[in-house]
Amino acid sequence: MTQDMDSEGPQTPGREGDNAPAFSVSEISGAVKKTLETRFGQVRVRGEVSGYRGPQSSGHVYFTLKDEGAKLDVAIWKGVFQGLRFRPEEGMEVILSGRISSFPGSSKYQLIASSLEPAGEGALMAMLEKQKRLLAAEGLFDEERKKPLPFLPEVVGVVASPTGAVIRDILHRLADRFPRRVILWPAAAQGENCPPEVSAGIRGFNALKPGGPIPRPDVIIVARGGGSIEDLWGYNSAAVVRAAAASEIPLISAVGHETDVTLIDFAADKRAPTPTAAAEMAVPVRAGLVAFLEDLETRRRGAMRRGIEDRRATLRGLARALPRPESLLETPRQRLDAAAAGLPRALALWRAAQERRFAEASGKLEAARGRLSERRSGAARALAVTGERLNHAPQRLIALKRRDWAARPLPSLRPALARRAERLEMVAGRLDSAFRAARAQRIEKLRGLGQLLESYSFKGVLARGFALARDAEGKPIRDAAALAPGDLVALTLQKGEAKTRVLGPEEGSAPQPPLTKK
Amino acid sequence: MSVADADLEKLGFEKAMAELEDIVRRLERGDADLESAIALYERGASLRRHCEAKLKAAEARVEKIMLEAGAPAGLAPLDPQGGGS
Repeated sequence: MTQDMDSEGPQTPGREGDNAPAFSVSEISGAVKKTLETRFGQVRVRGEVSGYRGPQSSGHVYFTLKDEGAKLDVAIWKGVFQGLRFRPEEGMEVILSGRISSFPGSSKYQLIASSLEPAGEGALMAMLEKQKRLLAAEGLFDEERKKPLPFLPEVVGVVASPTGAVIRDILHRLADRFPRRVILWPAAAQGENCPPEVSAGIRGFNALKPGGPIPRPDVIIVARGGGSIEDLWGYNSAAVVRAAAASEIPLISAVGHETDVTLIDFAADKRAPTPTAAAEMAVPVRAGLVAFLEDLETRRRGAMRRGIEDRRATLRGLARALPRPESLLETPRQRLDAAAAGLPRALALWRAAQERRFAEASGKLEAARGRLSERRSGAARALAVTGERLNHAPQRLIALKRRDWAARPLPSLRPALARRAERLEMVAGRLDSAFRAARAQRIEKLRGLGQLLESYSFKGVLARGFALARDAEGKPIRDAAALAPGDLVALTLQKGEAKTRVLGPEEGSAPQPPLTKK
Repeated sequence: MSVADADLEKLGFEKAMAELEDIVRRLERGDADLESAIALYERGASLRRHCEAKLKAAEARVEKIMLEAGAPAGLAPLDPQGGGS
């Protein structure tokens, strides 16, 4: 168990002679330990991690660092291990810092590591890839998890260092675009505090109650300035990635420069190349919105005005198409005027005609009366002559008879005379009555003639409700064919006169075009 | 009006803007009857007021969360200039 002692071991004070006092095992082990720790109190060793099995129940970690030709036991105490930014992994090329010490109980030496870092970018990138695969397998980077950013957040939460350019850049850009209320959650941007503080910030913002004393952000920006891959390493940590993926508030990651990619970028809802770009994603440009709103307002007013104008124009057009009431009445009014103007003339004409006819009739009547009275006076004369003769007839007859009788014997003259006188008396009486009868008869006849004459007059017909229709010249109209539509017709009624205009022939009497339509 | 305003209060800026845009487009198409057009116009006016109010309320306030034992305990004004770099 101690055969493997280094050949250069006896470098200690007991080199002088064989008589030198012998070391006890503990003494020599302690001396070796002391020598190792003095000589290799601070070393950096590069090698490949081998036999790594994770922390023991004590929390300490043991593994072997090896290269092609040698092996070195390594111990990392619990307190150191918990503070490591990078956890060792089997096969990982690392550089360990620490001191060499021995373990006297088994005569072994080992490296007590105080820090561990991956050896070179390649190793880091390999770790990053592996970490990414593991977290991706959990579904933390799935596209379905991505939430849309709010168009206009009221409150912007920023998880970043309270000092430095990052928060200033964000505030500047927010002020330029759309000033918003910003709440900063201070968090270390690198080092071992970075992952817990950043993830606490993300979770803390999410834990805020809406309407609480501290307003809950509508969007979170996790930002950090540029740096080396090691500087940014905290944003690759599973804690930060999980917190970002679990965030209910939409989250923008803006870690490092454009070319730097950290795992929070995959879990974030949106990745911004720089903190300034994150601010641009978080809020719209206020001036642009104001302008757009103004444009909408102009269009809204314009559209309404045009709508009303169009309707007005349509209404105007319709109103124009509507006939004017005056024009509707014009034609009938004109016809009425014409009829009214013709009425007095027609009346005069009619009257003249009537007068003419009356004169004619009365002339005829006069002539008839003349003839009648002539006949009457003739008859009276004849009657007077006859009467005269009749008056003288008795004396002549008496004279005649007397002559006869004087010549003749006068036997019994007296009775005959008496008879004759009696007969004369009778004849004279009959003459008288005959004359009266003849006269009465003639008077009766004259009256009959008068009545006849009266009945021949048109007035009787008018009294029965007929009307006399005459044309413009006053000539009676007997044939409808002589009339044209629009002709004036003078009507004479029993009482008064009227003028009318021909509308048209009676239905079916003549194929004339309708009068009223035009 | 008050009902519509209350309804507007809950309306986010983007939604209000989108609705206003839609209203303007419908007005511009001109196929709404007059009553609807007037209603649209008035709704548009309310939306515009709402959007403008949202745009006016653009105030910058910058605060920092004060932590006590890792939990947020309050807010303090942040002066990033004074913080130094």
